[in-house]
Amino acid sequence: MGNRGTGLIVTQGFERTDDGGFSVTFDDMERGLITSLATQLLDLVTPPHSATTDDPLAAIVGNMAEPVAAPDDVALARLFPDAYRDDPESAQDFRRFTEHDLRLEKCARARSVQDSIVTNDEGDATFVVDEESALIWLGFLNDVRLILGTRLGITEDWQEGLESMSVSDPRIGLFHLYDWLTYIQETLIQSLTGD
Amino acid sequence: MTDRPWVTIVWNDPVNLMSYVTYVFMTYFKYPREKAETLMRAVHHEGRAVVASGSREEMERDTNAMHSYGLWATVGRD
Repeated sequence: MGNRGTGLIVTQGFERTDDGGFSVTFDDMERGLITSLATQLLDLVTPPHSATTDDPLAAIVGNMAEPVAAPDDVALARLFPDAYRDDPESAQDFRRFTEHDLRLEKCARARSVQDSIVTNDEGDATFVVDEESALIWLGFLNDVRLILGTRLGITEDWQEGLESMSVSDPRIGLFHLYDWLTYIQETLIQSLTGD
Repeated sequence: MTDRPWVTIVWNDPVNLMSYVTYVFMTYFKYPREKAETLMRAVHHEGRAVVASGSREEMERDTNAMHSYGLWATVGRD
C-alpha cells in the first residue's frame, strides 16, 4: 500500500473544526491544481455517450451497446478493474451493469469539488465542509491519486526513488503533486477518524 | 449460514493508503477497528485478503462498493 506523504510541499491539510466540520486552506496555486485535476478526471472518466443521450432509458441504465471490455488505458483499468479474474464472461457482465454508474459517481465528485473551489476563489481561501462533502473530497482525492499514481508507475517505495531522481527529470513535479495529494488525503482521513 | 461459497477479495496496490483502506473496511463493512486493521495488514503483507463472504449477489455489491472507494477488489469462490 501507499506511504503517507512527506509533505514536501508546505500545506496545512484538513483539520477538524470545533463544530464537527472540516476545514482546509488552499492558496491560488493549489486551487488551480485541484481544478485542473478535476477537469482531467472528468475528461478521462466521463462515460463516452452520457452527455449526448436523449433516451431516458439509456440515461438510467447506460448504453447497453457500449463496449464491455476492460479499458485499454492503464488509469481507467485501475479505476474500473475486472471483478472476476478468471471468468471473462462474468467480468463483462459485471462491467456492463456497474461501470457506467461508477463513472458518473466519480465525475459527480469531481464536479462537486470544482464547484466548491469556484465559490471560494479569492486569495488564500479556507474551505469549511460538512462530513458529507468531506467524503466527496476523500473519494475525489483517492481517484486522482489512483490516476496520477498509475500514470507515474508509483511503487510502494517510490519515495526512495524520488530522492535519487535528477532535479531536471520532467516527472519530478508530478511526483511532488502526488506527494501533496497524499498528504492532503492523509490529513482528511485523520480528521474523519479522530486520529 | 452453512453455504457461503462466494467471497470478496481485496488486492494490495501501491496507491491506496493503509489508513484509507482501514477506514473503508470500518465504514463500509462496519468492522471494528481491530478487525479492519488486521485485514488491511493481510492485504498489505500477503498481497490479498478475503474481506467478506456470502451470496454471489452480495459479493458483487461489496466489490462494486470497493471499486467506488477505489480499492482493487474481485469476486471469487471460497
